[in-house]
Amino acid sequence: MNNPKQGMTLIVKTVTRVTVWLIVLYGIYLILHGHLTPGGGFGGGVILALAFLNIMLAYGRETTQKWLNIKFLEDIEAVSATLFLFMGLLGIALGGHFLINFLPKGSPHSLLSAGNIPILNVLIGVKVAMSLFLVVWVLAGLHEEEGGQS
Amino acid sequence: MTLYLMCFALFLVGVYGLLTKRDLIKLILSIAIMGYSVNLLLILFAYKKDAVFPILLKGTVQGTMVDPLPQALVLTSIVIELGTTALLVALAIRLVQKFKTFDITKIRRLFG
Amino acid sequence: MILPYYITIPLLSAFLISLIAGKKDKWAILLSTTAGASMLILSIYSLIAQNGETFIYKMGFWSLPVGIVLVQDGLACLMLVLVSLISFTSLIYSVQYIRHMDRNWKYYALFMLLVTGMNGVIITGDLFNLFVFMEIALLSAFALVAYGGQAEEYEAAFKYAVMGALSSTLVLIGIAILYSATSTLTMAKMAEKVPTLDPRLIYWVGGLFLAGFGLKAAIMPFHAWLPDAHSSAPAPISSMLSGVLIKVLGIYAMIRLYFNVFGAPHLYMNVFMVLGAISIILSGLLSIVQWDMKRLLAYSSISQIGYILVGLGIGTPLGILGAVFHLFSHAIFKSLLFYNAGAVEMALGTRDMRKMGSLVHALPVTSATSLVGGLAISGIPPFNGFISKLIIIIALIKAGAPVYAILAVIGSILTLGAIMKMQRFGFRGETEISKISEKIGWPMQTSMVLLALLCLLTGLMMLPGIRESILDPVVKVIVDHHQYMQLVLGR
Repeated sequence: MNNPKQGMTLIVKTVTRVTVWLIVLYGIYLILHGHLTPGGGFGGGVILALAFLNIMLAYGRETTQKWLNIKFLEDIEAVSATLFLFMGLLGIALGGHFLINFLPKGSPHSLLSAGNIPILNVLIGVKVAMSLFLVVWVLAGLHEEEGGQS
Repeated sequence: MTLYLMCFALFLVGVYGLLTKRDLIKLILSIAIMGYSVNLLLILFAYKKDAVFPILLKGTVQGTMVDPLPQALVLTSIVIELGTTALLVALAIRLVQKFKTFDITKIRRLFG
Repeated sequence: MILPYYITIPLLSAFLISLIAGKKDKWAILLSTTAGASMLILSIYSLIAQNGETFIYKMGFWSLPVGIVLVQDGLACLMLVLVSLISFTSLIYSVQYIRHMDRNWKYYALFMLLVTGMNGVIITGDLFNLFVFMEIALLSAFALVAYGGQAEEYEAAFKYAVMGALSSTLVLIGIAILYSATSTLTMAKMAEKVPTLDPRLIYWVGGLFLAGFGLKAAIMPFHAWLPDAHSSAPAPISSMLSGVLIKVLGIYAMIRLYFNVFGAPHLYMNVFMVLGAISIILSGLLSIVQWDMKRLLAYSSISQIGYILVGLGIGTPLGILGAVFHLFSHAIFKSLLFYNAGAVEMALGTRDMRKMGSLVHALPVTSATSLVGGLAISGIPPFNGFISKLIIIIALIKAGAPVYAILAVIGSILTLGAIMKMQRFGFRGETEISKISEKIGWPMQTSMVLLALLCLLTGLMMLPGIRESILDPVVKVIVDHHQYMQLVLGR
């Protein structure tokens, strides 16, 4: 996994293998506690994208392409956006209005409260993370000498 | 009052950069600076005197809170400006590929 | 209610297209045309069945001071029909055009996002929601202008993007100041509190909104992005931009803000009339000297938007009727003219009119429909352009501004001159062109013929029976300053 011509030095690659999971943990914490503390879908999603970007920056683009399945990440992005709309349409089916809160609202200050807000936070967090990572991925793939299309 | 004036000064810095700089990347940065100054202005409008942050924590007494609505507006606005900046950077990369220069005064094929 | 479906149907199809489509664009075309057709049916149904009432829909069932409402009154019904009609014909047209450009399915996903943004701007009742949907539509428009991959398109898209981002920042400052003055974001509650505010604050915020939304609507000092963007974009996108985008994001938002929220202050009515008159004359003059076919049509778009602004600035019900009807008919014939220009570009490979010749026998449908569109935009009876311009000029004379009426007539003569130049050099030149690169298929011909027929038929909208049911509720919502407020808050 260590290709000395791509990416950064060996020290960065070894430390990244440990710290990237901490970044993922922090991102998941921000997303899940979105209805209790500041954060929520957007902020947590950006931190999750930073975890993927850390791998891409430390190991170089070609190694990361062999490692991660980019088509799968694009599919996850589209699926989570579609699921968000389906939650809204389920609101029409079950409650009568778009995006109505139809799950039981638990007691305040607990993790599983406030209806369908945690689920929407998770979907938004996943979508934002995948979007940011894929945008930087595509921009890093455009070399300066090509006069390419699209 | 001075805080509002400093927000306006930041906006003017962005406008100065947009008007006088010739590099593509500096134009994108100037637009980002203008966006940040507007976000600051929105948050400044939400301040009430001697108020606490608007989060209900367990076991604390709830006093006067600052207005939480502009904070949601600023969150949305940051994400929108992120999308705009990403699009501008992608267009700038394509422009450099086609025109082979970063100088905006040399990219003038359309006029009239 | 069917109100949230106007936003969810195109949004869902945009996400499903990016999920399902593979290498070929068969699924993308199927999904997007299904979505476009269903929205057209829904909007025509709601125009006929609604009879001028106002429908309110609470998102998530949060009631009014807290939540976001969707409002559909007469003006929103008319704009929804317009947007779905032009987008449906544009979708049918772009099937062959995009295949000619060797592109793939990503165009359809961006197109559906554009339609989502425009529908959201039309039916929302909340000011920041309007800003968010406007940004969605604008970002998709930036990406679609640059879709072809040539150097001029990127330059035009970069100019459009920088100016659009600047104007969105100005609008956001205006929204921030309005929120701090009235402490609410719903437009109807803002309309309640506006009479109690300092009038200088209204002038200041109105100036910011004029700069921000005026740049989206291409009013004369803020028009500089429009000729580049509309001439370099692919032809169906040019017709969408010039036909509906500058009207929905610019003119419709200004109607909502200046007439329904601010209550039509006199200073801004005068400013609208002055800027509209400048737009008519200057861009009419600029459009005659162009040799690029689409750039000529883009400058004449600025001129016609000047007509709409002059009609709005008069303030009397007759003037607003003329402005709204001109908005509707300009979308139809300007889209038709841009389709023709795109068909000519696809057949000959160039847009320069000095290199073209006679196309009457090579492209019969295109030349015939371009004749219909040209007659409609110049204001020849019995097409709809004649009726709308006549109503604006009569309203100007009745309101006691004969100078503006003379300027409007001069503008109409300048438009006729520009269209005659396009017909003479572009379609009926000297040399006969016999070989064309690609035949115009039946989708493009269908959309052109459909719009040409509509040019003729919508002139009938002025008949007394039909006008009462379609156009009068629109005028009533705009002119009566308190009605919007009471309708939204009374339920």
